[in-house]
This record gives sequence, structure tokens and C-alpha cells, in this order.
Amino acid sequence: MANRFDVRRQNGFVSVAMLCFFLLYLPIATLVVYAFNDNDSVVIWKGFSLRWFHIAWNNALVIESSIRSFQIAAVAAVLATITATMAALATTRTKPYPGLTLKYAFINQPLMVPEIVTAVALLIVFSRIKIWTGYSGLGYLVAAHTAFCIPFAYLPIRARLESMDLSLETAAADLYATKWKTFRHVTLPLLWPGILAGLMLAFVVSLDDVVITEFVKSGGQDTLPTYMLGQLRRTVTPEVNAISTAFLVLSIGIVTAFFFISRKRT
Amino acid sequence: MFSHSYHLMVRIKLVSRLPPVNDHAGEGNILTAIRPAVEAKGVTRIFRGTGQDSVRALDNVSVAIRENEFFTLLGPSGCGKTTLLRLIAGFDYPTDGEIQLYGQDIAPLPPFKRPVNTVFQSYALFPHMTVAENIGFGLKMLGKPKAEIEARVDAMLKLVHMQELKNRRTSQISGGQQQRVALARALAPQPKVLLLDEPLSALDYKLRKEMQIELKRLQHETGITFIFVTHDQEEALTMSDRIAVMSAGNILQVGTPWDVYDHPAERFVADFIGETNFLTGMVESAGNGQARIALRSGAKICATAAAGFRAGGNATLMVRPEHAKLVKGRGDLTGTIETIVYFGTDTHIHVRLDEGDVFMVRQQNSRSASCGFENGDKVGISIGDDAAQVLKD
Ligand SMILES: Nc1ncnc2c1ncn2[C@@H]1O[C@H](COP(=O)(O)OP(=O)(O)O)[C@@H](O)[C@H]1O
Ligand SMILES: [Mg+2]
Repeated sequence: MANRFDVRRQNGFVSVAMLCFFLLYLPIATLVVYAFNDNDSVVIWKGFSLRWFHIAWNNALVIESSIRSFQIAAVAAVLATITATMAALATTRTKPYPGLTLKYAFINQPLMVPEIVTAVALLIVFSRIKIWTGYSGLGYLVAAHTAFCIPFAYLPIRARLESMDLSLETAAADLYATKWKTFRHVTLPLLWPGILAGLMLAFVVSLDDVVITEFVKSGGQDTLPTYMLGQLRRTVTPEVNAISTAFLVLSIGIVTAFFFISRKRT
Repeated sequence: MFSHSYHLMVRIKLVSRLPPVNDHAGEGNILTAIRPAVEAKGVTRIFRGTGQDSVRALDNVSVAIRENEFFTLLGPSGCGKTTLLRLIAGFDYPTDGEIQLYGQDIAPLPPFKRPVNTVFQSYALFPHMTVAENIGFGLKMLGKPKAEIEARVDAMLKLVHMQELKNRRTSQISGGQQQRVALARALAPQPKVLLLDEPLSALDYKLRKEMQIELKRLQHETGITFIFVTHDQEEALTMSDRIAVMSAGNILQVGTPWDVYDHPAERFVADFIGETNFLTGMVESAGNGQARIALRSGAKICATAAAGFRAGGNATLMVRPEHAKLVKGRGDLTGTIETIVYFGTDTHIHVRLDEGDVFMVRQQNSRSASCGFENGDKVGISIGDDAAQVLKD
């Protein structure tokens, strides 16, 4: 395969690639290394220790906000994926018509509008609703996360639908399958890898969010990212590194699991 | 090429002349024998494009397809064959007109309620199912019991010789095998009518020939009405009980292979099916299905003609290359031999007529002698009384 035009043989390719990897991974590597630092400082190395992991694990606020993060992400990702699947079906199983592009834009709006604008808008609207209804639970965060997760779930599902042979659905209808049975026995099984990818993306994006969460949350509704942000305003200890490292390992685990599940499906 | 398939046709014809399998032997009267399975009545389908342009894919098409027949829609690409099949299957609806199945308007039925199955050009096998699951899909959707589905799937696998590959994924079998699975899948629910949209076009020549025979056998064994679409005139002639020749959204002629080959109604039909020589002349007298034509060369020949031709009018004549004879000396036409092409079973001789056109004659070969002519020979062409046909333009 290594032919004359192989990009790996271009002058300087290796150095540029190394530089990119270096810049990408050095900060993460540093973060992980200092999570094991036996010191109060995040920059001065003293020795190896699991002390900060222990401290984080016993910090009730960390555990509480982590659980809240996962709860919100799980519910929001599932809701967003269901909505995105329906939206993807509606926008691909149709002939192009004027206004379809507008609908794409509408669905993908969270990708285009600056997050801070959405955050402020939600803050204003939700504070009104909180006064009217008296409800101030996690519902607001779930709703907000669902909304901005939709495009992340929508894109892989739509890509999968567009590459799917339409004559398969026609064939199912020809073989006595009603619309619902066609969806259940043909479309859905073939769509699974796209749906899983969408679900995973939505989950990770929700887990990660700071800006909208910070504006929408009521008192005592910190998620892990907003809790850590709050910590940064005080003294920074390697506890933040330890939490981040645990988070990193967890996300890698989730992504890998999804990858293998979706590969088994195809 | 052609004569080869003509022999094949004769062989298949012999097979299909065997007494048909008939479930209703008692009521096998003339009425049921000619009962149409599918009937299109004045069907028009207009596709409205963006802006003003619209395509009239079918233009007031009427045709009756009989029960148990192997019926072929033949025509060039874009003439509306797929559109007609889609209307029958229910994937699309006519702009105007009506389609009947056994005398009943099927417009209100969605595709999944029509006792009609389709073999798609792309096969459209479900990639996430095994061969057996594909074949059983229709029965499963109909809610048949598991045992019945299994028995039927096994019978279908046997019918298309695919027993060994039952548990394979459809991506793990060859094109020809996928074709068989597609057939078995469409036949399994025992539809009243099977629609086949150019099912053989993706196969190579040898496999296509094999599948042609296979399809004839399946149609015969199942007794299901087949509506077969092709743009290949040779395939249509070898396989069909009757052929509808289509052009630009119209059906020009419906008839047996013999009808459309030897008695084409129009110039397009004669031109599209087989090889043909066209001559022009004047009608001297006409009547009783016969006409006397004065050719431009001055020769006068007899030809079969449909009603409606009057003495004094211009006429286009058709003569098949195998129905004309080369003679030394004067014939009905005279000319000079331009090329001689040897085909094994026969020889094609192209003659430049004195009037300027080229006329082709096909001669059967024999082992002991050459065709008897050389390039540049002055020859005559003799056209028998039954060789020519007057055409509508
Ligand atoms: N969905 C459609 N929209 C617009 N035009 C179409 C559509 N389907 C078919 N046509 C047009 O109708 C005509 C007949 O098409 P088709 O039935 O597919 O021809 P065939 O199968 O004989 O090749 C063609 O001119 C084609 O472009
Ligand atoms: Mg077609």
C-alpha cells in the first residue's frame, strides 16, 4: 500500500503529526499524572498517591453531583434519541419540498445558535415558569439537555437512514407488512447502529455540558461539571484531577461499550 | 445470435404446451380460461416535475392479462414498464383510470393488502435476515403459524434449489443465488400475480439463460400469473405466452411472440423486435387482410395487411431477413452484395439495393457448401407471397 503518493512519505508529515498528538494529549496526560500527586499542588510533583481519589470518593457533593449528571444525561439522551429518530424519519422518508431545508435548520438549531444565548433565554423563560408553577425540580435541566442533544442524536441517525436502500421498505410493504410492521421488522433493525451512535453522542454531550446547566439549574442542582467549576473558584487541589480522571475512564468505557454493541448489530 | 434463442424458444414452448395444472378442473370452462387476472382500464400516470414540465409515464393504457399466463411488458428504457408494475403492486397510484384484479378495482387496497408480490430488479433482500428468514417474511407478516411457515420455506428452498444455503446471510451468497432467494421470497405467500421487474438484467449471459428456463419452470409448476418486465426482445420472445410492446407510455401491440415477431402492427414494433428490412411502396389493391404493393423498383409483391389500408396510399413494408431469398439473376429486388457475415448457424448477407438502401438476407448454413455468393456479386432478392407485412407508421 505504501505507494509514492502515500501521505506518510511527505516531508515533515511525521513531525507535524507528532506535534498535533503532543498538543492534544499532553494536557490530558498531565492531568492524569497529577491526579496521583501526593501534594496539595497541581503543578509540583511530590510522589505517587491515591489520596485524592480517596478524598473525592468520600466527598458527598462529588458523588451527589455525579449521580445527578448521569440521571440527567440518561433521561435526556433517551428522550433526544427518540425525538431525533422521529425527526430523521420524517425528513428522509419524503420527497424534497420547499421548506425542508428550513426544517433541517430548525432541528439543528442548537448547533448554530451560541450556547450562551440559549442559556440566557432559558434562564429567563424558566424563571417565569418556576414562579407560575412553583415547580423547581430537575425537569428544567432534563428539558434543556434534551433540546440541545437532539441534533447530536439526529445527525448519525439521518446519515444511516439516507444510506438505507428504500426498496427494502417497499419490499416489506409488498410482503404484507403494514407500516408499523415494516418499521418494526425492517427499518428499526437496520437503523440500530445509527440510533446507538446517536444515543451515545447525546449522552456524552449532556454529561459534559456546563454553560446551559449553569444558567438553568436551581440551588443544590449542581452537576459534576458545574460542581468542579465552582471548586475552581476556590483553591485548586488534585482532587479536581482525580475526578476528571475518573470521568475520562468512564467516558472511554461507555464509548467503547457502545462501539462494540453497535458493531455486533451490523 | 438470434436463431440460437429461437431454438430455445421452441424448446420452452414445447414444455409449456403440457396440460396446465388446474385446481378447478370441474369448472374449467371457457369463461374461467379467459378470465383476466389483471386488467388496466385507461390507466394514465403523469409525474409532475418541478415547474411546468411533467412526464406522461403512462398514457391511457388498457391491457388485460390472463390468469396463469406468462405475460411480458417489453419496451425500451423509460417507456413506462416499471411505472405500470408499481401501479399494479400498489406502490404508486394512477392519475386516471382503473386497475382491476379479478374484476375488482384495487385502488382502495394498500400494497400490503394486495395478493400480488414483486421480484425487484435490485432484489431488495433484507440484509439483517438469513435466506430462510427472507423467504418466510411474507408468511410471518400474514400471521401464519410457525410450523406452516417452516414447511413452506423448506418447500420454496427446494423449489429454487437452495436448501444448503438456508441459514446464510444474504450478503454471503452470489448474485444468482440472491436472485433465487428473491424469487422464492415473492412466491412463498402464493400470490395471485407475480411481478418481475427486469429480474435477470444484473446476471451474466450464461446465468441469465439458465434463469430464463428456471423462471419458465417455476411459472409452470406454481401456476401463478407472471408479469415480467424486460427491455430485451430476445428474452421476451423466448419466455412469454404473450407480449405487450410498449413505447413512450403506450402499449402498441399485444400478442404471442409469433404475433409480434411475424405480424407486427407498427413500424416501431417491427424495428424493436428482431432484425427487419423496411421497404416503401404504393398500395395497388387491398382487402381481406392482403394487399398488393408496387415497390419503388417496379416489382409488385403480396403482403399481409391490417384493415384500413386503401389503394393509392403510400405504405411501409417489412420483410424479415430470414424470409427473403437471394437468387442469381433477377428477383423482386436487385442489388450488389456489400458484406457477408458468418454466424455459425447462419450467414447474414447485406445487399446494397439499386435504389440505394441496404437489405439484409439471412441464410441457413449447411456443412457441405458455402453460402454460394461473393462480395460484389450482382444478385436478386426474391420475396415470397407470405414474407412481407404492411405496417402502420
Ligand atoms: N417518481 C418519478 N418521478 C418523475 N418521473 C418519473 C418517476 N418515475 C418514473 N418517471 C418517468 O416516467 C417515465 C417511465 O419510467 P419507468 O416506468 O421507470 O420506465 P421503464 O421502467 O420502462 O424504464 C420515465 O420518463 C421516467 O423518467
Ligand atoms: Mg424500469
